[in-house]
Amino acid sequence: MLARKTNSELSRRNFLVAAAAAGGGMMIGWVPAVEANVEKDPPAMPDAYIRIDGQGKVTITSPMIEMGQGTYTSLPMLVAEELDVDMANVSVAISPPNDKLYGNPLLGHAQVTGGSTSIRGFYLPLRKTGAAARAMLIAAAAEIWGVDPATLRTEPGFVVDDSAKRRLSYGELADRAAKIAVPSEVKLKDASQFRIIGTPAKRLDVSGKVNGSAQYGIDAKMPNMKIATVSASPVFGGKLVSFDEAAARKIPGVVQVVKLDNALAVVGDHYWAAKKGLEAASPVFDDGPHGNVSTADVVAGLARAAEGSGAVAKSDGNFATAFSSATEKVEATYEAPFLAHAAMEPMNCTVAVTGDGCDVWVGTQIPVWAQQAVAAALKLKNEQVRIHNHLIGGGFGRRLESDGIVQAALIARQLDFPVKVVWSREEDIQHDMYRPYYYDRFSAGLDAQGMPVAWSHRIVGSSIMARWAPPLFKNGIDPDAVDGAADMPYAIENFHVEYVREEPPGIPTAFWRGVGPTHNVYVIESFIDELAAKAKKDPVEYRRALLQKNPRALHVLNRAAELSNWGKPLGPRQGRGVSVQQAFGTYMCQVAEVTVGKDGQVHVDRVYVVLDTGVVVNPDTVVAQVQSGVIFGISAVLWGEITLAKGRVQQSNFDDYRVIRIDEAPKIEVEIVKSEADPGGIGEPGTSGLAPAVLNAVCAATGVRLRKTPIDSKRLKEAS
Amino acid sequence: MIKFKVNGKEMSADVPDDMPVLWVLRDVLGMTGTKFGCGIGQCGACTIHVDGEPQRACQTQVSDVAGHEVTTIEGIGATPAGKAVQAAWLNLEVVQCGYCQSGQIMSASALIKATPAPSDSDIDAAMTGNICRCGTYLRIRDAIKEAAKSVAAK
Repeated sequence: MLARKTNSELSRRNFLVAAAAAGGGMMIGWVPAVEANVEKDPPAMPDAYIRIDGQGKVTITSPMIEMGQGTYTSLPMLVAEELDVDMANVSVAISPPNDKLYGNPLLGHAQVTGGSTSIRGFYLPLRKTGAAARAMLIAAAAEIWGVDPATLRTEPGFVVDDSAKRRLSYGELADRAAKIAVPSEVKLKDASQFRIIGTPAKRLDVSGKVNGSAQYGIDAKMPNMKIATVSASPVFGGKLVSFDEAAARKIPGVVQVVKLDNALAVVGDHYWAAKKGLEAASPVFDDGPHGNVSTADVVAGLARAAEGSGAVAKSDGNFATAFSSATEKVEATYEAPFLAHAAMEPMNCTVAVTGDGCDVWVGTQIPVWAQQAVAAALKLKNEQVRIHNHLIGGGFGRRLESDGIVQAALIARQLDFPVKVVWSREEDIQHDMYRPYYYDRFSAGLDAQGMPVAWSHRIVGSSIMARWAPPLFKNGIDPDAVDGAADMPYAIENFHVEYVREEPPGIPTAFWRGVGPTHNVYVIESFIDELAAKAKKDPVEYRRALLQKNPRALHVLNRAAELSNWGKPLGPRQGRGVSVQQAFGTYMCQVAEVTVGKDGQVHVDRVYVVLDTGVVVNPDTVVAQVQSGVIFGISAVLWGEITLAKGRVQQSNFDDYRVIRIDEAPKIEVEIVKSEADPGGIGEPGTSGLAPAVLNAVCAATGVRLRKTPIDSKRLKEAS
Repeated sequence: MIKFKVNGKEMSADVPDDMPVLWVLRDVLGMTGTKFGCGIGQCGACTIHVDGEPQRACQTQVSDVAGHEVTTIEGIGATPAGKAVQAAWLNLEVVQCGYCQSGQIMSASALIKATPAPSDSDIDAAMTGNICRCGTYLRIRDAIKEAAKSVAAK
């Protein structure tokens, strides 16, 4: 998602500092070097990372937010491993917005949960924090006993002196340890010594999720709070023209009607009153400049843009020369539609604007940017906006945006009481910020053996990064849009990748699970199968030949081929398809088996996944995330599509924006390759590798090469 | 004033007759374990039991439960099936974001109570109305089987 950095560059900007915790015990965490004149002036570090209280309970303030991916367990595991405590003594707290304390080193120290970066960013910093705390606890015990700290060891929760057969608990030592100088260097465990990392830990976030007590943003309850629901202009860019306030106020329970430039909100004692009131108010909007936009217009714009040349993301050798002299030439165009996120928790945000600022209760992947956006909208100072982050009921990228938070703040500032703004599912689908519509053009030249010697890939679509993190959009290149394409796994001598930024008129775009690779792996792995077909070679054999210098990718391919019995015949209208990817620091091969009905409906029967994600922290979470990513990808490849007519999104709820259900889910087998490489990301590759495996399987089953998603079942009907 | 029982306790609410039970629970009674997902009976996140039968709270008018017994996720652990389902959910680490799981657990508990040894097709039929965007379906299936076995063993 963002520029990659290696772990060796991490943490150079920051210092570890420790202090006594309020109420007893110690705390330790990272602060920026510029603020940490540690010797003279220990800086304030509210809730940074680790607290050990007088009972030895460890609280880890998670820099990243939990949205299902398991980060509230896997990040604490890193601390617990080096601190040497049992996970049973560890609990997790939600972090307040603070880039300096909680920023992800992999994302320019921004406190952003996304891009499958949490483990990659915090693998070393959190381990070092745990190791430093352990060293300080040992030093405290050494002081008490008057011995050399080097003679002491730890057992989970205790410092042990074997020579005198005595021990002190971390709880007993925490106060004293807080006064010990933080070691300038700590020795981390060798992987062979791990007793927590690499073992399946029970999740720390789930007990309240099975009995209704877990608190998501939508569950916020404040004294005197009212509930609002909102209707924004159905056309992006349209403005509110008129509404029937009197009719809304006749609905029992309606409290107030709130006007925004582009939306109307009705506030009630409960959601039902607000919803009925909003219907009664029947707001009228002008359409603004985009009232005639259709999906066809968007595609026509992309196709036009694809005719010109783009900014060069990577160019090796000489494509033009190699292509013109190639034995065979293959060209293809692929399309990927707009997609909604459709997280189960509809968009919502609770805000109270008070004399001294405002409080915001919400689940967000970007707490700091949300704070800044609200401050700007309400003309407050950043510190006057207090973000209270919550568990997220599905993010998938939607909650990397602050549009709904700012809207709620603009509503709340017109009210004398706290308000919870809850979007209907229809509002959520029709006012999402969508995965861009991408349009990709490929040209490849094959040599006499059918192997590619020239490769050109032109990616055309909206730039999310240019809007979301403008400094990262450089020289016409959106690093996310080309992620997985400019650095694809295969070695091709004359290799050229371009990007053309083409914004759809008025339609907001945003990250979606799998980000750049979800679109690039789909098109590249489909096109590689087209090349293999042209060369009359088996898709796995063809990839093997291209991966001879990429051992990790080759290994997952070989294992997946074995696991899936690649080559073993299947029944009529059944097929197997493969995809390989290296993205998010993870190597993954998926093999999908599908059955295509006579009516053209595709059923995904089974998916085999072999992955090498480096060191694995919580293997059960890795498996869960792969299962999750595969399921998420199936909804998209089979049915996922947001379309526009007259500027309006045509889908509205789960009846017309179909997602997979339990009776449609395939069997999924996941194999993790043992590896000591740096940890990779795992929240997203399951999704990015799925579509091409399914599309290649469909082609194997039917002979039909689909170059557009979702699958058009009309093209797959059995000829009668 | 409409009166009904929630998790064994008498409750009353002064709300319109046509108000869905979902919003009475969440916004009037402050019981937020029952989740809003779609509002049209498509996703199952709001599943409750009315007199032991699973229903979508977004499609159930409060006047229809007057005098009846409503069970929610906050109370399902008091039933043998609900307790077993919750335990299996934790044991097999079903949960990811967790937002849909209130509804999943309510549907699964009703299934096990009605069908002590559910087959795969029983599970499909009972659970197809519950969407999970995190894709926990494989573990839900396994956990239902484990929970059914544990209830049967008692």
